[in-house]
Amino acid sequence: MGNRSVVPFGPQHPVLPEPIHLDLVLEDEKVVDAIPSIGFIHRGLEKLVDKKDFNEMVYVAERICGICSFGHGFGYCDAVEHIMNIEVPKRADYLRTIFFELSRMHSHILWLGLMADAFGFESLFMDSWRVREKILDMFEAATGGRVIFSIVKIGGMRRDVPNEMLREFLKSLDDIERDLEIIIRTFLNDRAVKGRLCGVGVLTPEQVEELGCCGPYLRGSGIRRDTRKLGYAAYDDIEFDIVTSNDCDTYGRSYVRAMEVLQSISIIRQAIAKIPDGPVDTVVKGFPNGEYMTRIEQPRGEACFYVKASGKKFIDRLRVRTPTFANIPALTQTLRGCDLADVPILVLAIDPCISCTER
Amino acid sequence: MESILKEISEETLLNEAQAIRAEGYRLIQICATTVKEGGYEILYSFGKGYDEMSIRFHTDGKKPVQSISHIFSPAWLYENEIHDLFGLDVCDMVLDFRGGLYRTSVKAPFAHKEEETK
Amino acid sequence: MKMSKSPWLLHYDASSCNGCDIEVLASTTPRYDVERFGVINTGNPKHADILVVTGGVNNQTKMVVKQLYSQMPDPKVVIAAGICACDGGIFKECYNVNGGVDTVIPVDIYVPGCAVRPEALIDGVVKAVKLLDEKREAMKNHASCEVHYGNTPAKEVKK
Repeated sequence: MGNRSVVPFGPQHPVLPEPIHLDLVLEDEKVVDAIPSIGFIHRGLEKLVDKKDFNEMVYVAERICGICSFGHGFGYCDAVEHIMNIEVPKRADYLRTIFFELSRMHSHILWLGLMADAFGFESLFMDSWRVREKILDMFEAATGGRVIFSIVKIGGMRRDVPNEMLREFLKSLDDIERDLEIIIRTFLNDRAVKGRLCGVGVLTPEQVEELGCCGPYLRGSGIRRDTRKLGYAAYDDIEFDIVTSNDCDTYGRSYVRAMEVLQSISIIRQAIAKIPDGPVDTVVKGFPNGEYMTRIEQPRGEACFYVKASGKKFIDRLRVRTPTFANIPALTQTLRGCDLADVPILVLAIDPCISCTER
Repeated sequence: MESILKEISEETLLNEAQAIRAEGYRLIQICATTVKEGGYEILYSFGKGYDEMSIRFHTDGKKPVQSISHIFSPAWLYENEIHDLFGLDVCDMVLDFRGGLYRTSVKAPFAHKEEETK
Repeated sequence: MKMSKSPWLLHYDASSCNGCDIEVLASTTPRYDVERFGVINTGNPKHADILVVTGGVNNQTKMVVKQLYSQMPDPKVVIAAGICACDGGIFKECYNVNGGVDTVIPVDIYVPGCAVRPEALIDGVVKAVKLLDEKREAMKNHASCEVHYGNTPAKEVKK
């Protein structure tokens, strides 16, 4: 038995722009235990419900995280709309679906890039981020914002996206698909990449269910569950298969994310083909009274938004359970027994979003 | 998708959790809410496939809440969160951070509802 | 030799929502590519000339920001990127946010935006390199001032 030592990982660490903090208990080069702690980005924004009214909270919800910003805004709006029995116009539902999938694409491509950076494949990182800019261009054209764009509101969408622009989107998607083919081919078939990913951080299907994982972490271990199948927004009208992998390791999770980018392209194409004309928002009268829990599929996995209100301008409670939070038990599990050199890869494998986790 | 909410009492929590576990549910989340009349509501959500089931009970916060982390293993994360943010004691947690999971500048910031300012 | 030829950048996320962080990172990638100006993103504070902080500070990150700042060699420039780093932004009223970065360390350049746009950030960096040269000149002319490496105490700025 070697010497035990505790190595702090973070808060400032080159592998992630965000401050994650883990205490790694090491026995020589092997990690025997990992203890997470939270609080470097904890802002306590759920407490802002006392100070911002239920309409303003949409902006706060969007700033839970700058990467999956649209999803958080949507999740909060969806919960409030259920409480207030608001029927969102069909066109708004389709637009929400389109933005949701664009967000998923930009998030997954961002992750592919960061992962490439983590195992030292600099050109793959740069190339992924080059492609990602084309998605941000679409956001900018439609909303004016690049990462946080506040287009969703309670009752619908803040502005319409004209059909001509949607047709332009289709052209950009063709471009992106062509570029992605090269990136994904490299990512999934390169010998060096496989060497770093295969067999690292193995979790069996039983383990991921037991640990309460969600998102690509779950599907990377062969479990077919995707909250989009609940059929919120316009997902009911759209055909898609759940991407899974039976590899049960970091490679499997990468495969799921890479394939989901392509799947998102197909979902957006279907949505643009089917989108009806009409208004994009409804009048919201009164204040919410009741409670509801919405579950949606964020790029990182299932997110839950619990809203409780009592007929006043300010809601009583907003509780967001973010996917990264749910994946932390799995992260500590995979870190036990790994090599110190694999820690950055395993941390990245859950696609950690620390600002989501700590809120 | 099915969604059930069941109100239970604090004493029957462990029995209920055992029964839910035996039916093959997984833990989705645990959420505490302050109640205007005093005390706290604790909401446990479980999922099986796409179905959802929740149980909820009311506590005055004087007695520690029983942990379900030996029934549902990821529960320690949510229970530590409740302890750190709401100041509620949770006993018998599998992994107890003793208030060290969240590093907040205010102790138990969610424990009291602020008076409406506007 | 002017420092502005190749300023090295250190990025720290104090309590940002990630939006500004990915934009800081995006400005080093092919579309914006600040590396063509010689700007390199480094992870080591002792290599860095410019500190880019995103997000408002809280009690946890206060010490980290101070420490990073004190480890950087003189002359150094601090950029507050995004509205949260400037004054707390939308999270100003949160119990766990103390306010902008200038509550902890002196800030030279404020870049607004939620999230900060890469163009704005690059503009901030260009202003920062000019300031870096000025500070270096001032250090040369000032006989009593020596170049410190590592142990410059951070001056706390009261609000």
